[in-house]
Amino acid sequence: MLKFVKHHMETIAGIDIFPLISLIIFFVFFVGLFIYIARADKKEINEISRIPLDSNADNHELA
Amino acid sequence: MSTETMTKQEGKTPAADGALDTFYYDNSTVRMFLIAATIFGVVGMSVGLLVACQFFWPDLNFGIQYTTFGRIRPLHTNAVIFAFVGNGIFAGVYYSLQRLCKTRMFSDLLSKIHFWGWQLIILSAAITLPLGITTSKEYAELEWPIDIAIALIWVVFGVNMFATILKRRERHLYVAIWFYIATFVTVAMLHIVNSFELPVTLFKSYSWYAGVQDALVQWWYGHNAVAFFLTTPYLGLMYYFIPKAANRPVYSYRLSIVHFWALIFIYIWAGPHHLLYNSLPNWAQSLGTVFSVMLIAPSWGGMLNGLLTLRGAWDRVREDPILKFMVVAVTAYGMSTFEGPMLSLKNFNAVAHFTDWIVAHVHVGGLGWNGFLTFAMLYYLIPRLYGTQLFSKKLANIHFWIGTMGIIFYALPMYWAGFVQSLMWKQFAPEGTLVYSNFLETVTQILPMYMLRAFGGALYLSGALVMIYNLVKTAQSGSFIKETMAQAAPLAKDYKPASSEHWHRRIFEWRPVNLLVWSLVAVAIGGIIEIVPTFLVKSNVPTIASVKPYTPLELNGRDIYVREGCYTCHSQMIRPFRSETERYGEYAKAGEFIYDHPFQWGSKRTGPDLLRVGGKYPHSWHYYHMLDPTSMSPGSIMPRYPWLFEQNWDKELTPAKIEAMQTLGVPYEEGFAEVSVADAEKQAAEIVAELETQGVKVVPEKEIVALIAYLQRIGTDIKKVDELTQK
Repeated sequence: MLKFVKHHMETIAGIDIFPLISLIIFFVFFVGLFIYIARADKKEINEISRIPLDSNADNHELA
Repeated sequence: MSTETMTKQEGKTPAADGALDTFYYDNSTVRMFLIAATIFGVVGMSVGLLVACQFFWPDLNFGIQYTTFGRIRPLHTNAVIFAFVGNGIFAGVYYSLQRLCKTRMFSDLLSKIHFWGWQLIILSAAITLPLGITTSKEYAELEWPIDIAIALIWVVFGVNMFATILKRRERHLYVAIWFYIATFVTVAMLHIVNSFELPVTLFKSYSWYAGVQDALVQWWYGHNAVAFFLTTPYLGLMYYFIPKAANRPVYSYRLSIVHFWALIFIYIWAGPHHLLYNSLPNWAQSLGTVFSVMLIAPSWGGMLNGLLTLRGAWDRVREDPILKFMVVAVTAYGMSTFEGPMLSLKNFNAVAHFTDWIVAHVHVGGLGWNGFLTFAMLYYLIPRLYGTQLFSKKLANIHFWIGTMGIIFYALPMYWAGFVQSLMWKQFAPEGTLVYSNFLETVTQILPMYMLRAFGGALYLSGALVMIYNLVKTAQSGSFIKETMAQAAPLAKDYKPASSEHWHRRIFEWRPVNLLVWSLVAVAIGGIIEIVPTFLVKSNVPTIASVKPYTPLELNGRDIYVREGCYTCHSQMIRPFRSETERYGEYAKAGEFIYDHPFQWGSKRTGPDLLRVGGKYPHSWHYYHMLDPTSMSPGSIMPRYPWLFEQNWDKELTPAKIEAMQTLGVPYEEGFAEVSVADAEKQAAEIVAELETQGVKVVPEKEIVALIAYLQRIGTDIKKVDELTQK
């Protein structure tokens, strides 16, 4: 696939480095993301995931 | 982080505790958006039912131009996407954002401007589309003044949302808010880039882009309108309302983080899968396919996250109609996001594209995912906003079953019709000729399916009407709670995250502006890599010497073609298959469309492709066919166009149109605009003279003459290549 991209864009000077840079940025970002979620504090994650539930007490709003 | 919430009606006073802020959630705006979503839902579905019936009963346009299929099909799609789902999004966002941020919306005035501005846009769409005022770019048909209004109101929404987030009393941005932010920023980008057009008058503009580029930008937009208008905001709503309705936190918050980033990054690349086998550079098609296949992962991750939130609560799904609607909605999301990547594989796409399979696919998503999640939200919110219980659970259950049957009766016949028609298009006899060489045979074959589809749509609509009755009764049994009082501790002003805190949290989860910027970066990269090369690199759109600009009369005819929405049923894109070149002629080349502002490739073939219709029939054939299609093609389901024989083509605007085209780079000679009317009159006289030899008398000023000029020109330029080389 990359060869089609490069073939068509080779008229732009130094273009071949662009896809590599983007690939590296996103690879690093997603690897970092996975490490983050794997290491995230369970207690805190649970707390965040409960935000919708305790942001308003249903029984009051329901009347 | 506990919050006390109560209602003013209960007459409780705020707690005396000085550490807590007391504030009020604005419910009025939420209610207004809910009502608008409901009303426009019924309007949009009713127009849908009308166009569905026109498939087997063409006279159901009542003989007038304003209700003809080509004009009200865009009305249907715009109404359900931007009026029904759009208002649904805003209702859900205004309700959940306040509660997730523990603050009132930033500005009541902005909320009001947002609401009324959006309804005004819808109103202007409802007026202009039937009038034939359209750009012909699907789901972006509205003309430039409305485009500007959309941009302004969208900014009002964004400012209101962001200012609310910035004054929040909850440090963490819950994942639903991430999806809202991505929605805002991406829709803004898509809308602006796709709406570059050159105004000719207040109600007429030409797309800045032409041909292949126009198509690529349009389907980058079209695909991501699905992604960031019909999907990401609703995923945000899913992450808020499913936990609320099930009364348990989302299955995996970790998964939702991955879901978010993977989805917004990958989705934006998938647009070219709408143009497989079209005249698009091969690399762009491949890129679209690859990213579409990858898209299964985040889509299904999100779907499973939604469904598994109900783990341990499945017994309640049996009881609670809200959960039932949600389960079907998320399941429909899962089905259409599995089907989407499959349809992006070239071998599937070769069968499905241009057929009713696509119509089935989008309606599983639209009726199932968007419709049912909106219904669930309505059933959840209305009783709460009125401080009462749902009037009738039984009626809600009835709605659920009618609606589900409606989806099934809609989708199955359309899948059937899609398969049947595609197979008939491709059926060859042993001697190598097309078995169904008459396109009409493949249409009349599936008429029963169209009838069944209309029945399914009627079922779905009646379900919605049952819901409205139920909700009105519910509202009547309670009293509307304009504001809900809540209390929460303010955030510390001088808070600095400890360096031990994780980067993702420091950069994104506490920093909404960073989240906005980086979401934009994530979605912009895909768009830039796909679109920019087709503009910069000439070899992507090889030019053909014999392709010349349209004559002024043809241009006028083309504008009529656009106005009547011919592209809603006819493609101008012959794919490089033997079954298509055999039926229609030479396959489409990218270089043929370089003067097409806007492109007219179409996305559905209810009628045959028209790319090589030029010169195929005599003028008189088109004359009689437009007057009464069944006179030339017995059994045709195309509507009649009698008004083309009464109205005059636009002489006055012709010079301005030519000048606009020159601005866009179409190489008319210097000063051609001044002689353009004379040129058009001359060509009209020639056509009238030829028609006369075929026994037809017509005034040269009539629109039908301009339309015939355009139809006879389409796709003929490359036929001159042979003549040129012979010379």
